[in-house]
Amino acid sequence: MATVRLEFTPEPAHVRTARLVGVAVARRAGVPDDQLDEVRLAIGEACARAVARHQRVGLRDVVAVAFSDGDRYLVQVWDRAGDDAPIADEEQITVDVSASLLQAIVKDLQVRPLDDGPGTEVQMAWPIRRASRLGR
Amino acid sequence: MELSLATRVVATHTVLEVGGEVDVYTAPKLRERIAELLDSGVTGVVVDLAKVEFMDSTGLGVLVGGLRKARAAGATFGVVCARESLLKIFRITALDQVLPLYPSVDAATAS
Repeated sequence: MATVRLEFTPEPAHVRTARLVGVAVARRAGVPDDQLDEVRLAIGEACARAVARHQRVGLRDVVAVAFSDGDRYLVQVWDRAGDDAPIADEEQITVDVSASLLQAIVKDLQVRPLDDGPGTEVQMAWPIRRASRLGR
Repeated sequence: MELSLATRVVATHTVLEVGGEVDVYTAPKLRERIAELLDSGVTGVVVDLAKVEFMDSTGLGVLVGGLRKARAAGATFGVVCARESLLKIFRITALDQVLPLYPSVDAATAS
């Protein structure tokens, strides 16, 4: 299995970078072309969620992302924010819409709290069409 | 591609042509522009997404916020979208039942 890792300060501008990297790795890993739009959207939603969680509590720690290929294309996004921050009414719309999107477009989706402190991990996976070419 | 915004007037409607990517980084600019238009007293806003290549939940949230603000201001609000990849996210989130969607600017400004 080959992995590309990315860490970025919790700024919205960096979410696009994560999308670009994630789609490039997905393409190379063998995710079918007709699923790349959904991969791009899902990575963006998961990273934007992490950025928003950090910003809500004023946390400047980096958001971490790993893109891995093996028998499937695996994307993991880690944030380090606690869950006790209030969410503004208007922002709640985006939070709800984002959750709906992720659940609808990612069949293999898990969101779970971290074991070693505050924060969550979003794990998403997609099937790949052929043997991995990553790292060759 | 960065966000691009341009306005033009069609009959009684102000058409806001949006291009590029509407995401967590660029959506605040779209929110500000819609608010500026409504604060200026226009009677109807049509957001044309024909040149939008990508939109995420933040962009969808801005459109819903625009609809609410327009209703509060007594203005009409419509969204032009014919691109299937975008229509899909409207359907997934059921926002196609909330936002007035039109296939063309002509259709939106005729209403």
